Amino acid sequence: MRNPQLNAAGDLTHLLTLEGLPAEIIVRVLDTAVPFTSIAEREVKKVPLLRGRSVFNLFFENSTRTRTTFEIAAKRLSADVINLNIGVSSTSKGETLLDTVDNLVAMNADMFVVRHAQSGAPHLIAAHLNRMGRTHVHVVNAGDGRHAHPTQGLLDLFTIRHYKKDFRNLTVAIVGDVLHSRVARSLIHGLTTLGTPEVRVIGPKTLLPTAVQSLGVRVHHDMREGIKDCDVVVMLRLQSERMRGALLPSTGEYFKHYGLTSEKLALAKSDAIVMHPGPMNRGVEIESAVADGERSVILPQVTFGIAVRMAVLSILAGS
Amino acid sequence: MIVRGTQALPLPDAEATLAALIERMRGAIAFDAKFVGIYSGGAWMAERLAQAIPGDHPVGFIDVSFYRDDFSRKGLKPEVKRTELPFEVEGATIVLVDDVLYTGRSVRAAINELFDYGRPATIELAVLIDRGGRELPVEATYVGARLAVARSLSIVLSRGADGLLALGTEASGA
Repeated sequence: MRNPQLNAAGDLTHLLTLEGLPAEIIVRVLDTAVPFTSIAEREVKKVPLLRGRSVFNLFFENSTRTRTTFEIAAKRLSADVINLNIGVSSTSKGETLLDTVDNLVAMNADMFVVRHAQSGAPHLIAAHLNRMGRTHVHVVNAGDGRHAHPTQGLLDLFTIRHYKKDFRNLTVAIVGDVLHSRVARSLIHGLTTLGTPEVRVIGPKTLLPTAVQSLGVRVHHDMREGIKDCDVVVMLRLQSERMRGALLPSTGEYFKHYGLTSEKLALAKSDAIVMHPGPMNRGVEIESAVADGERSVILPQVTFGIAVRMAVLSILAGS
Repeated sequence: MIVRGTQALPLPDAEATLAALIERMRGAIAFDAKFVGIYSGGAWMAERLAQAIPGDHPVGFIDVSFYRDDFSRKGLKPEVKRTELPFEVEGATIVLVDDVLYTGRSVRAAINELFDYGRPATIELAVLIDRGGRELPVEATYVGARLAVARSLSIVLSRGADGLLALGTEASGA
């Protein structure tokens, strides 16, 4: 079966996951994002590329940053943006997901940006649109369950390439709650596809998926050992709701072992960069001195995220 | 002369045509005019013109991909360059530079993009080749050479490792 993200010509028509996406498509998104980074520096922070198109943000799960950056990206492309907070609308009246989608297509939606707590929801919508012959309508996964968050993965890749130029000689460490992290999963797939020789995941046994090695990564439970000589350190948010599941003794204990401090960062390469997808918990997974330090590229990640999402929306709309 | 099909076209020498264009522009260009080249041929030319024409001419570059009118038919081209205008556009005297003037659509897109940076005082247009076939009311202020070319051919400017420009043709894609 054809990759549901690609159309008959092999062009990207939906962005659902980085898993199985060819390297040239990932590189094309990263390359296209570069010229979009300068749009924010201009007098008119807008280009007319998606003028007259309607982008629907369908957020079945809360998110401020991702929804806002998608909204800014679409607006800077001159698209019309409609935000639907589905949690409090039709679905609570009993409408099914696909009925909601069909109604929005009847309102001439051109693109859906979907965030859902259920893994696979964006895929279901894309498959439905393909089946109904709505090939002009595109779906972007803005995070589904524990599965994938491809635009976050792409902006992480963009940030790494911006500072490190080439993936083929890098060691990247991903630290923390990998088990529940769709961000980690997407980034690992992207790094592997682009030929990163060493990707490490660092965390306690309770927060690493059992078969994590099958993704082609090295596993470390000792952070000092895992962070040694890394070029890039990606910290993941410790989702506080995990504490209730008795996966961890306490946040203080977690910070002691897996929190990024200046002292632990000193074990990485001297020019290593520190990333975090946000929102971050200061003093839980990262020390303020590091988060605000000169090696931190956490805020540039947010800025690059807009350019990367502009690239994704415009490539999909042009397919 | 109209050359049909894909038969070889007697193209003028690019360097000689550029020299002729420079002769026409010399003395006519404001001392502080800013040169803006449209990628990629126009960008190479803008650098050359800025050096050859008397005055102090900052050079900028435009990629018009985000302003094209055929996006919904063709999508985005694979390699989009970054537009860089390292000067104030507001109130500036601008000379837009392109290699080949044909339908006028790229120039329309470039003018629209310039206005998103500010309101220039004047915009002039310098082109190496004017091949006719306009679909919009756009004319060049300075022209290197005029050619009549069959619609089935595209004229392509290339730059060799020695930095010298050369003209060639390709079967037109669209």
